[in-house]
Amino acid sequence: MTTTTASAPAGQRILHALGGIAKARETGILVALVLVVIAATARNPNFLFSTDGFRDLLLTPSILLLVAVGQAIVIITRNVDLSVGSTLGLTAYLTGRLFIDVPGIPIILVFLIGLLFGGFLGLINGALIAFAKVPALVITLGTLYIYRGINVWWTGSDRINASDMPKDFLALGTKTILYIPVLTIIAVVVLIAAGWYLRNQRPGRELYAIGSDPAAANLYGLKVTQRVLVAFVVCGALAGLAGVLYSARYGTVNSQAGSGFELEAVGAAVIGGVAIFGGSGTVWGAAIGAYLLFTINRALPILGVQDFWQRAVVGVLIIGAIVLDRLLALRQTRKLTEARDNDND
Amino acid sequence: MTETTTATVKIARSYRDYSAPLWRRVLLTRESAVIAALLIVILVASVSVDHFASPITMTYLLLDITPILLIALPMTFVIITGEIDLSVASTVGLSSVVLGTLHQGGMPIELAAVAALVVGALGGALNGFLITVVGLPSLAVTIGTLALYRGLAVGLLGTTAVTDFTEFWKDLAKSKIGETGVPSVMILFLVLAVLFAILLHFTRFGRGVYAIGLSPEAALFSGVRVQRTKFILFVLTGTVSALAGIYYTLRFGSARGDNATGLELSVIAAVLLGGVSIFGGRGSLHGVIAGVLLIGTLGSALRLASVTSDVINIITGLLLVASVVSTSVLAWLRTRRARPGGKTRATPAAPQ
Amino acid sequence: MTISHHAAGHAALELRDVSKSFGAVVALSSGSLRLENNSIHALIGENGAGKSTIVKIIAGLYQRDSGEFLLDGQSTDFTSTAQSKAAGIAVIYQEPTLFPDLSVTENIFMGRQPTRSLGRIDRRLMREEAVGLFRRLGVRIDPDRPTLGLSIADQQIIEIAKAISLDARVLVMDEPTAALSGVEVERLFAVARSLRDEGRALMFISHRFDEVFDLCDTVTVMRDGEYIATSPIAETTVDELVRRMVGRDVTNLFPKEVAPLGDDVLVVTNLSQPGVFHDVDFTVRAGEIVALAGLVGAGRSEIARAIFGVDPYSTGTVSISGTRVPRRNPGASMQLGLALVPEDRRKQGLVLESSVARNTTMAIQRTLSRFGLLFSSKENEAARQWASRLEVKTSALDTEVGTLSGGNQQKVVLAKWLATKPSVLIIDEPTRGIDVGTKAEVHRLLSELAGTGLAILMISSELPEVLGMADRVLVVREGRITASLARADATAESVMLAATQSAPATKEAVR
Repeated sequence: MTTTTASAPAGQRILHALGGIAKARETGILVALVLVVIAATARNPNFLFSTDGFRDLLLTPSILLLVAVGQAIVIITRNVDLSVGSTLGLTAYLTGRLFIDVPGIPIILVFLIGLLFGGFLGLINGALIAFAKVPALVITLGTLYIYRGINVWWTGSDRINASDMPKDFLALGTKTILYIPVLTIIAVVVLIAAGWYLRNQRPGRELYAIGSDPAAANLYGLKVTQRVLVAFVVCGALAGLAGVLYSARYGTVNSQAGSGFELEAVGAAVIGGVAIFGGSGTVWGAAIGAYLLFTINRALPILGVQDFWQRAVVGVLIIGAIVLDRLLALRQTRKLTEARDNDND
Repeated sequence: MTETTTATVKIARSYRDYSAPLWRRVLLTRESAVIAALLIVILVASVSVDHFASPITMTYLLLDITPILLIALPMTFVIITGEIDLSVASTVGLSSVVLGTLHQGGMPIELAAVAALVVGALGGALNGFLITVVGLPSLAVTIGTLALYRGLAVGLLGTTAVTDFTEFWKDLAKSKIGETGVPSVMILFLVLAVLFAILLHFTRFGRGVYAIGLSPEAALFSGVRVQRTKFILFVLTGTVSALAGIYYTLRFGSARGDNATGLELSVIAAVLLGGVSIFGGRGSLHGVIAGVLLIGTLGSALRLASVTSDVINIITGLLLVASVVSTSVLAWLRTRRARPGGKTRATPAAPQ
Repeated sequence: MTISHHAAGHAALELRDVSKSFGAVVALSSGSLRLENNSIHALIGENGAGKSTIVKIIAGLYQRDSGEFLLDGQSTDFTSTAQSKAAGIAVIYQEPTLFPDLSVTENIFMGRQPTRSLGRIDRRLMREEAVGLFRRLGVRIDPDRPTLGLSIADQQIIEIAKAISLDARVLVMDEPTAALSGVEVERLFAVARSLRDEGRALMFISHRFDEVFDLCDTVTVMRDGEYIATSPIAETTVDELVRRMVGRDVTNLFPKEVAPLGDDVLVVTNLSQPGVFHDVDFTVRAGEIVALAGLVGAGRSEIARAIFGVDPYSTGTVSISGTRVPRRNPGASMQLGLALVPEDRRKQGLVLESSVARNTTMAIQRTLSRFGLLFSSKENEAARQWASRLEVKTSALDTEVGTLSGGNQQKVVLAKWLATKPSVLIIDEPTRGIDVGTKAEVHRLLSELAGTGLAILMISSELPEVLGMADRVLVVREGRITASLARADATAESVMLAATQSAPATKEAVR
């Protein structure tokens, strides 16, 4: 039996907590991110120190951040959502259409509709998965096709152009407050909310329990169906929000918007320490992972690597992350088992 | 007083081979449903869609879906064992690039093709190694190698394409058998299909594949070499994907890094549609081939009927969702029927 | 901390004539039980007696088909485990179901975490409560560590902590000591006694009579899904209980086999795997039945699996008729004539969703193949032969093996391995979960096989089976062989002594 630290002095507890933070995966990739930025800036100071450079580093990944946070929530429950890219694209197009077909529509309403629409698409996924008990991989693979197909069909030969959208909306795409882009602020606010909820609210903790051992969760009496449903709704809603942001950022939206985002989001989450089998990891990690992915891609050309090799680097990162996780897990199990055996002797 | 539990006269036991008559065993299966759907689509399309019933349509249909047909063969095995391989399309792209670059650099095309196959096999071996030796989940690994192999492909060629393939090879890829309109590459496919079918249904290896999918523990305890089998299957998907890549390149006469992007989803969708269970342990090749043909035929017919490709995608997605949801619903109905009281939620097998 | 009795005179929990069936299989025909407050009530019976069905009905996993279920005198019906928990019933299973990634504290309070404003979880309070629970239980467990890697004993304590924090009035412990060492059992019993003294009602299911007599005050016996009898522990004996469990005299249950003993076939030397088993040394001769006896969790199945090649071992050798058996290679072991009928029939012995024919021929596929090709006609032929030889009850060869009864499933597993014509058969719990009739068939079969020269290594936790069948009994305790007893020297007492090494004073009740 290992000893309790019930009455350990506060100082010791703080050190213990700090040690935990230092060893956390999130810290590791944050450090990696910082190192990449430093290395690239050393080569080309404009990478970080030009207004455009700094803004872009913060701005563009914020879209992926939202998608990655939603994906992380779903992965934590031991599921996956491959349809988020299609949801993003569909919502981005919807955003443009709203501005065109409903002149004068308040921007805040567009945001709201985008959120709800994405949530609705997520609800379809969640309902099929939670009630029909079919693996999320298959269902979201199907909805990936369906949603994208609807997107292409709706778009027709059309395309939303920047000129179709109100100036204020597009300005959001580049506006900054204290040098930080508005879109990034939105994404970070969502991140903080999600992170807080997952850590401090009962339903948030239950998501981890469901992913850690679904059978135990059922036996325990947790409302598994409900929680999984909500996880998919949130994931869809965040992808929808990302779609609105996408329109604001790029102005031009064609039918292929968001293609491939789903795998990038999964990659970001995995790199950020979210275990693919659920039960562990944080949305913070997924967010940092999203930034790391993007920043590395930007930094590669500066560091002398042709940007054609970007995807290869992403692939290596993903594989490296899961190998690392596996080795760490093996080591931890061995240590915990040894500690237990030592106590018993 | 000693117990005598066996009668002094042994009753000779006789067993039927099968619990249901042949027609039930053949017709009441997922595979039959898919084949029936395929026949219905062909029939309806031949009647109502102009030009569908012409040989040219069939030719282009088959030429188009050959890569999916090829890759679906080993993918069936992989999914039956309960794993998945999302990197196949990236391997197609990578092998295409290897073929192109080596050939452009002066290597005879035959040799370049062999090199491309080797690269595919190595890619599969990496997947297999990470999954069986390191013990990583196949979904995560192949998402990583999907990015890695595609990245290598794009990295090697950049945005350029290699197009200087001799007419001979390009024509061969598109050639047909005599006057029939059936592409000659179908011969290659049929040979592979027969080999894979024999492997799956008539060898120990194939029995092992099913056992691994249904109960990896029991398979291990019966002497099945679980890790080695899975490793071999991933090498197979890699190699066949490379083969598909060679065909793809020669057919279009262009080696590009982004060839066949997104193909993996079509393959997996077709395999699942063809009756292979995503949970593993269930499925067969004839169903899968019918599944690929079904999606291809439907797409072809719709295109000829001037339905745009997006609608085709929507239908593919709906078919996929419907096929897996229906399996779930059928299973649920079966358990409801077995328990007329319907109140309990216990597992069907009696507790020990 | 005494629980107030809501209605004096009512039992905390009562089952009267409860029945439960699954399709054609009757798991419980008349289950009756009366748990009083301030007591620890033992429920004993052979495997298949209906004990686990009763537990699952109490837990809310199953709903009974008929009979009464009373909680504090009130008729009750649970449609979910959540309801049963809410009613104050906690079940601690043999294999605890915790969330490995989450901390001990979170596991205890999942879904019921104490909260502050805005619904925010109060972690400090939660941790304090957890620490308080552990202090009450008199155990030391780190509340912040993930439950992954904790010993079964610690996990059970956490389950108990959960139960207490839910203020459970009824605690059911299903074979809790199966995987515990002596010290851990003592700790568990101390906790159980203190819970009883607080006024709760406990139910204790176990196969170990010494524990039943040590801990419990009342005992109920079940057999073949039926209630047999209840008596205060002080007024009964082990013999009487065994007789009630089995329904007949123990001694003549198993046909003694007489067989000429041949050469050494299986030779195991110095087999060790750190943390699992150490210095295992023994031989089995042709025609001999050697039993590995001991408590569950002693390491016997691990030894068997290591010999067969499914589990690893670090040092030592295994050889069959002089030939070294390669380590960690079941295929090679099979080629050399080794066969293992595993402990977990449903997960390790059979592919449940596969047919009788496939399962029966699974180990002989190589011999059935011609030029690498395997045809189902040959499989069916071989399956028919072996299934009829063992009298497997099934209508067709393509029936899913998961639908057969336990006894017939075991016959399929046996058929599968006998078809390989082994020279050594290792059989782990040959008659667990099997009806009485098939049990005897299996024993007769093993006897016959020994008579034809097969060397048999039998692992069993059922003492009567061990004593009746074995020529020699090797007793395993915590991974080591502590005794080797010839048939004449093997008695229930000598075996249990070697298995538990407890002081004789507390063993008065075991005769």
